[in-house]
This record gives sequence, C-alpha cells and structure tokens, in this order.
Amino acid sequence: MNNSKRLLRLATGPVVAVAAAFAIGAILIAIAGVDPLVAYQALFLGAFGNKTALAETLIKAAPLTLAGLGIMFAFRTNTFNMGAEGQLYFGALATTVVALAFPGLPRVFLVPVLILAAALGGGLWAAIPAYLKATRGSSEIILTIMLNYVAVLFVGFLLQGPLQAPGTNTPVSPFIPANAQAPIIWGGTRLHASILLAVLVAIGAYVLLWHTPIGLKLRAVGDTPGTAKAVGIPVTRMVVLSMAISGALAGLAGMGEITGVHGRLLSGFSPGYGNTAIAVALVGKLNPVGVVLSGIFFAALRTGADTMQRWVAVPASLSYVLQGMVVLFVLAGEFMRDTTGLAARIKGAFGLGK
Amino acid sequence: MAAPLLLASLGEIYAERSGLLNPGLEGMMLFGAFGGFVVSQQTGSPWLGLLGAIVAAVLIGMIFAYLTVSLHADQVVTGVSLNLVALGLATFSYRLLYGVSTVPAMSAGFSRIKVPFLADIPVLGPVLFQQSFLVYLAYLLVPITAWSLWRTNWGLRLRACGESPLAALAEGVPVRRFRYVAMLLCGVLAGAAGAFLTLDQLNVYVEDITAGRGFIGLAIVIFGRWRPAGAALAALLFGAADALGLTLQVNGVKLSHNLLLMLPYVLTVIALVGMRGRAHIPAALGKPFRTE
Repeated sequence: MNNSKRLLRLATGPVVAVAAAFAIGAILIAIAGVDPLVAYQALFLGAFGNKTALAETLIKAAPLTLAGLGIMFAFRTNTFNMGAEGQLYFGALATTVVALAFPGLPRVFLVPVLILAAALGGGLWAAIPAYLKATRGSSEIILTIMLNYVAVLFVGFLLQGPLQAPGTNTPVSPFIPANAQAPIIWGGTRLHASILLAVLVAIGAYVLLWHTPIGLKLRAVGDTPGTAKAVGIPVTRMVVLSMAISGALAGLAGMGEITGVHGRLLSGFSPGYGNTAIAVALVGKLNPVGVVLSGIFFAALRTGADTMQRWVAVPASLSYVLQGMVVLFVLAGEFMRDTTGLAARIKGAFGLGK
Repeated sequence: MAAPLLLASLGEIYAERSGLLNPGLEGMMLFGAFGGFVVSQQTGSPWLGLLGAIVAAVLIGMIFAYLTVSLHADQVVTGVSLNLVALGLATFSYRLLYGVSTVPAMSAGFSRIKVPFLADIPVLGPVLFQQSFLVYLAYLLVPITAWSLWRTNWGLRLRACGESPLAALAEGVPVRRFRYVAMLLCGVLAGAAGAFLTLDQLNVYVEDITAGRGFIGLAIVIFGRWRPAGAALAALLFGAADALGLTLQVNGVKLSHNLLLMLPYVLTVIALVGMRGRAHIPAALGKPFRTE
C-alpha cells in the first residue's frame, strides 16, 4: 500500500468523526435557538473568511501543531504525556528569561539560543515524569497532569515576584527585546514565524520517525512492545527520549506564543493549548501530516467559535464540545472497526476499498 | 475538604478494582458538579441537586463504560477525551443557561448538621461533627466500601474481574456486566464528589471548578493501595494540604498565593514518587477485556 493510500485510509476516521460531531453540534445549536447552518457559516467564515481570520487561525494552529507533534512522539511509545501545558509554560518561561538576560545579542545568535532554551525548558519538565516512570513505574498520566498545575502556578508566582515588570501590579513580565520577537511573515496580520517552525518540525518528525533507525526504534516501542524488547531495543531510553522530545516541542510552542504573540510572559497566556494539543495529536492519528491538518482544524474551531459567538450568540464553548466529540468519535471509530466493520463498510461506500 | 477527594477516590476504587482505569474521573466530577449545581439552583433543593449530580456523572460514566467495555477502546485515551467533552459541555451549557453576568448564580447548598453532643468536643468537635451531609456520607462510605469489596460474594467477584478476568469468566462471572456496575458506582460517587464542590464548599459553579481533583483522586487510589481505608487516609492528607493552603492565605501568612495553591499537586507528585510497590495493583487494570 503506497503512502497516499495509507494516509487516505487514516483520514476516514477523523473525517467521519468531524461530520458526526458537527451533526450533534447542530442539535445543540438548535437547542440554543439558532439556525445551525447560519451558526456554522459564522464558524467557517470566522476561521477562514478573510485574511485576518485565516491569519488568526494559523496563529493558533502553530502552538497546537507544535505541541501536538510533541505529544505524537510520546504517544508513539505508549507514553501518555498529558503535561504539554506545563511543558509549554516552562518553555515560555525559559524563553522569557533568556531573552531578558541577553538583550544585546544580535538576532542571528539569539534565535537559536532561544529555541534551545525553550526546548530545554519544556524537555526537562517532561523528563522528570519520564524518569520517574522509567525507574519507578509511576503513572506518567497523573504526574504530568500534576506538574501542569505546578508549572502554571510556579510561573504565576514568578510573575508576581522576581519576574514581574517594574511599575505594574499585574502578573506580567517586562517586554522582551525586539531582537527576540518573532518576525511577522504576512504583512498586515499578526501571523508570525512560529507556524513555519511548526511545518518544519512536522517534516522533521516525519523524516525522523520513518527514515532513521532511531525513529524505527521509537515506533517499535509503541507498536510492538514485546518484539521491541525481545530484539534488544532499550525501551526505557526510548520512552525517556520520546518524552523529552515531546516536552521540547511543547516548549517551542510556548516560545512561539511569547515571541510571536505577546512579546512578554503573562500569567494565563495559553488558553489550554497544551491540553487541546492532546486532542490534536489523537485526531491527527499520531501522524505528522494528520497532526498538522488536525492542528489547523482545531485552531479554526477556536477562532471561528469566537466569531460565531459574536454574530449569532452561540456560546464559544461549543467549540470545546465539538472538540471533545471529534476525539471521542475518532476513538470510537478506531475500535468499531474491530467489532462491527462499520468503518470498512463506509470506506467501501466511498470506493476506498480495504 | 477531603470529602470530595475521598468520595471520588472511593468511586474510582470500585472502577479500578474491576479492572477499569478511569481518568475520566475528573470529567465525571466536573459534570456532576455542574449537574448538581443546575438542578439545585433551579429547584432550590440540595437533595435534588445531589440527585442531579449523580445522574450527570453516571451519564459520563456509562459512555466511558460503553466505549471501553463493549468497544474495547483504550481506557486512558477515552477517559481523557471524555474529560474534554464534559468540560466543554458543562461550560457551554452553563453559559447557555446563565449567560455571562457579574453576579454568579447561586445554588441551594447543604446546611451543616450538628451531631449532638459529639460536636461540642472542643477543637475536634466542630471539625469532625459539624459538617454537611455529604461529609458524613463520605465517612460512612469508607467502611461500607471496604465491607462490600471484601466481605461479600459480589465484592469477591468484582475484584476477580480486576485481577484475572479470563479466569473470572471461566468461573461464570459476567465480567462485562460487573465492569458496567463498577462504573455506575463510580459515577454515583463521583457525582456526589462533584456535588460537594458546588453544593457545599462553594455555592457557585465556575469553569474547571474541579481543578484536577479528579486526578488527585486517581493518585489517592494508588497511594491508598486500592483500599478504602488507605484512600481515606490519603484523602485526609491531601485535603489537609488543600485546606492548609487556603487557611494560610486567609490568615495573611506572607507566602505567595500561587505557591500555596501548588501544595496539593506537589504533594501528589511526592506521593507518587514515594510509591514503589506495585504489588497491590489489580493485575488486569487498564487492559481491555476481549473475549475473542
């Protein structure tokens, strides 16, 4: 089976899931007393309707995709990294601290240093639970979630103390120097370079996972753990590696938000990107192309939902409901394949064959 | 303070003892909190609110059960996704019903019940014996849960489902049905836990009112080695950390508000790190049970 056919096959699940989720969403919208078609039109236009909308969607897509790619790595070794939010915060923190510490550094040096800092920040925060899981078998799920709260609160603490911008009472840091701020890549919008980084990382992830020996080992640990162990793949090391990568990418997502969107660190800068990224990774079927598309989709949902709320007064939190349902249906679809063959029948109907 | 943690963890003990690892606990608690809030706000009765909370949580629990038991979906991923859905649905419905106003809607809460005589014991008295119904319920449920799991035939069979479902099936235990029932119980308790948050501790509903308590509940189950008594001790410990943070804040101790809030989460991490023995974990925990 060649690559494009395989990708199409992977895509069926999410596409059906999205359709189903939107169908149920339509019912909810109707309950809210609004014509679903009008609401969805607002949603779509809000996300893609004009230059600004598209830019906003892509701006949100960047952190979602980056963090989603990271989570993809972890999930590929069956390590459930729920800590993307916290890792994101640490990456952002590292970025801010380094940017503030070296104001004079010319951009050509500063950018790689910032990237390194963000990746280390996020990666280290992920490495802690990874190490604990590897050596003590502790549940990485609970650990990473707890560390999320710790990270957010810690950053909040710093922002009201040592990192607080002088002369203000709000939890914000000083602005980072102009050298550190990400360039705008689309004139007249807020779209900054992070989305390019996301695409690059996606390509890199694809190459790493499918065209290098280490990628093969990583995938083996997740796909066929028994065999992997039997042929001597150092599972523990792979798990820690995948978590570290996962955290590093989430950290990069955080960096993007600080250097591209806000220009400084502020408490609550992430509207749950890390957590949504989990959904992004799942709906993207743990595949780099899928994750990119999924990231755009979720970003579009968020952006469009705000417009939908403004235009037709449907609460924007509908996007959360749609999000959750899409993930659930993707999951249900994945497993229904085994018991009812429904997915196969739908595929047959669309002529995709088995 | 420990009551919601305890209630949730007791529910999770039932689920995990039957072999289902349920990270959806957080979502169940949240949805229960929301459901309880809405019902009690509309009807003015905390008891109906409690019922509403239970129904809401059980609903989520049943979806989880269907996906994981009948469709063999991965329990962790399903649970996490359900958390998203629950959060979204709750927030969405709340906004729909109450809009965004500066004065939040209030629910009808449980009033404190004084246990006569015992409540007059200095210091400990009011703390232990002047609480609302839900707290007493939590205390009572600890021995009841323990009894039901270890001293009844039903409990034995439930635990068998978690230790070795194939063997249990061979002995004629309807494993799937037991798991559904376990999730039902989990839902009931998670709903009660959520209700505590919106009907007792506070009388409002805010987004993410559970703030990770469901996950702390999961940690409590591990920390308490899947036993109600252990869970009770752990819950008290974590609840104390929660309360300590708030108390210190209220008394103006000059520690950063953020650091104090961190306390329960850090404690959970430490607890998990200190836990080495996995000897007590139900053997089939987390594995989908396929009969093919």
